[in-house]
Amino acid sequence: MDAAPLHLAVALDGTGFHPASWRDPSARPDELFTPGYWADQAKTAERAMLDFITIEDSFGLQSSKFSGPDGRTNQVRGRLDAVLIASLVAPHTAHLGLVPTANTTHTEPFHLASALSTLDYVSSGRAGWRPQVSSRLDEAAHVGRRQFPTVDRRNRDDPAAAMLAGDLFEEATDAVEVVRRLWDSWEDDAIIKDQSTGRFIDRDKLHYVDFEGRFFNVKGPSIVPRPPQGNPLIAALAHSRVPWEFAASSADVVFVTPSDTADVPEWVDGIRTAERTVERSGTPLKIFADLVVFVDGDASIAEDRKAWLDELDGWPMRSDAAIFTGTAVELADQLISWQAHGLDGFRLRPGVVCHDLDAIADRLVPELQRRGVFRTAYENGTLRERLGLGRLPSRYASAAASASTQANGSIGDIG
Amino acid sequence: MSTPPLKQVILAAYFPGVNNTTVWSDPRSKSQIEFSSFVHLAKTAERGKLDFFFLAEGLRLREQGGKIHDLDTVGRPDTLTVLAALAGVTTRLGLAGTLNATYHEPYEMARQLATLDHLSNGRAAWNVVTSSDAFTGENFRSGGFLDYADRYVRAGEFIETARQLWDSWAADEIVADKESGTFVRHGLPGSFAHHGAQFDIAGQFNVPQSPQVHPVILQAGDSDGGRELAAQTADAIFSRHWILGPARKFYADAKGRLAKYGREWDDMKILPGVSFVLGDTQQDAEEQAHLVRRQQVSPQTAILLLEQVWNRDLSSYDAEGPLPDIDPDVSTTSIIQGRARMCPDPLKTAREWRELAEAKKLSIRELIMETSGRLTFVGTPSQVAESMNEFVQTDGSDGFVLAPHLTPTGLDGFVDTVVPLLQERGVLRTEYETTTLRGHLGLPAACAPRARKVATA
Repeated sequence: MDAAPLHLAVALDGTGFHPASWRDPSARPDELFTPGYWADQAKTAERAMLDFITIEDSFGLQSSKFSGPDGRTNQVRGRLDAVLIASLVAPHTAHLGLVPTANTTHTEPFHLASALSTLDYVSSGRAGWRPQVSSRLDEAAHVGRRQFPTVDRRNRDDPAAAMLAGDLFEEATDAVEVVRRLWDSWEDDAIIKDQSTGRFIDRDKLHYVDFEGRFFNVKGPSIVPRPPQGNPLIAALAHSRVPWEFAASSADVVFVTPSDTADVPEWVDGIRTAERTVERSGTPLKIFADLVVFVDGDASIAEDRKAWLDELDGWPMRSDAAIFTGTAVELADQLISWQAHGLDGFRLRPGVVCHDLDAIADRLVPELQRRGVFRTAYENGTLRERLGLGRLPSRYASAAASASTQANGSIGDIG
Repeated sequence: MSTPPLKQVILAAYFPGVNNTTVWSDPRSKSQIEFSSFVHLAKTAERGKLDFFFLAEGLRLREQGGKIHDLDTVGRPDTLTVLAALAGVTTRLGLAGTLNATYHEPYEMARQLATLDHLSNGRAAWNVVTSSDAFTGENFRSGGFLDYADRYVRAGEFIETARQLWDSWAADEIVADKESGTFVRHGLPGSFAHHGAQFDIAGQFNVPQSPQVHPVILQAGDSDGGRELAAQTADAIFSRHWILGPARKFYADAKGRLAKYGREWDDMKILPGVSFVLGDTQQDAEEQAHLVRRQQVSPQTAILLLEQVWNRDLSSYDAEGPLPDIDPDVSTTSIIQGRARMCPDPLKTAREWRELAEAKKLSIRELIMETSGRLTFVGTPSQVAESMNEFVQTDGSDGFVLAPHLTPTGLDGFVDTVVPLLQERGVLRTEYETTTLRGHLGLPAACAPRARKVATA
């Protein structure tokens, strides 16, 4: 490819990101809780040769209000566990990266590490994870393990809100650290099956992780051998300084939400500053910008389609990410002009998944391919390798062993 | 008088576990962790029209003498994640997994099981276990907080809470009518409240009612408390009674407790875990069984299993030599961690083993082969089919959980040779007749909306 290669992901959530998307003629709202629905979305994403999909999740009902359920009956309510959806679609796909959302506030880091390692095994090295914190009171009451203060989330000066966010992201940082240690806790060559000594493993190559922190202690080692990618991909959505620093210290990929082209450099700068603040070492974060997209053959059709959904919902669509309506050519223009400001790729949120994911596959991707900025076939390799991240040796591997791994060139660290 | 109809033999396929019964030293043995192994066993089970696939859960690697146990298969996947992937490559086979009620929380686990039930179109099952083990707890937020006596209390309340969550959406809650714009009937679907000693939670469950409403529940408890909890809550018991006499007693005892809870005799199935070795002749099968036993009990494993009774380091002993002269250490600290202590009276066991070894001139390894883990069904396919059928028809059980000793091909021969004979006898389906696991097992449908009334009252 001549121009800088562009990475492209799609976010899946129910029938799409517009709250009235389920009423679009293409939508399949009565199939939302069936395996065929999710397998179809994943296959379309793979037809588009996307780098990966993300899958949204939460521990409570979807709501238009932050404070808790809103009682509305005219939007999609209910969702399935995202890690299990990713696992279901793994055998239906061969190349597509699978990045489910999973909560760090109400879950056990040990279970998360095992589940994501297993997702990496069932997908042969295509697993990722979007760690997510939860500060919603209703979600805390569902688990019953802890209570949160009532805070005004929109008021950034509310000290209680800042303290809660600080705690939740500190816990998320600890959770990712534990998960990564557990992924490393088996060296790659720990299974020996040595008949002469009767040993299945070399136990010197299994390691306690001995994590002790404010929120939990975890002993280790993992019950799952080291996953195919070593460390599955970690991606974080981050809108402000605290989550930027979480991403900078914990993630491989960060999703950001600039509002327009002029806004992109500021976001990129914020991420790079956060990397310096936390003294990130190794590969810099891959920065993906999020965009909600309505794509049609004619720009006015896309605008009308969104306007009609807005009317059905009773409100103009609001989103943390910029909303694009237009043609594939216009979208390609926008992606390329944004990318020039230091982005590695994009995560597109389809306004209506059954319409706009197909448009991404059938219109946008061919347009990007014509411009020489997107793959025309999947390369071999894992999800990490596709993003130029390579496979890191276990942090517990002996110095000698890791030196020889590097000499063999299996570290594709492109920086 | 007509003869009663034959009982159907329920069969499940257990993915070989992390004990010495799983033979990894055989050249035919393949990966215990690659997905292809799970696919092979699940597809073989579905080819044989078995009822379900069964996968245990690992939460901490076993240790002995403060060291990670290295002689048996080590390392396994997350239960639910593998089952969800298997839902993508099978269509009718039930998908059962062990999940520990001590180290999971009801909201999350009920969500995951309801998700699996949706993604498999009604094939999910949960084997409920608990642990009061501080050793395992070291991997979890809660630590090992549970008193031994509270294990069944927590398990019982966990199941009750999970069922309340599964009942929280009415069957017709989702309308999804594009015209009128009504997606759900109620503003707060899934409303629930559970205020109990173990769990105090309330809000809205966010997974709609799944095809089985209640995923099938299995339990393995054998104590009086365990049997009582099973009679109250379980759809099936994964039992350890595979010798016909004691099995029939257990069967009658367990099922006899059902009426107290308003349940019918057939509402709970009894499924012992069993092993098998097939041969062309009886003698061939016995010879093969002996080889399997030798593979299961390597010299190192023989010493290790002996240490579990002696409770002391015996690594200087020769497995092909005689038993130690010294007696077991009966102090309270166990050298084994990560599994239940197997031997209640080590001095008595040591005395019996010495007598047996002397009488039959057995080495340590031969003694362990003889005393640990006998193989259940050994014979020709026709003998095994006959024994299994007789076991079920005479109320030793309602079927079996088959535990092959080879990963992942250990069930192939059984499906090729024993399954057709059971089908010929009319005790195993030749095609799946139902779509859900509840349907396969002949269990009553879960009745849904009672908790909804409670929640909205």
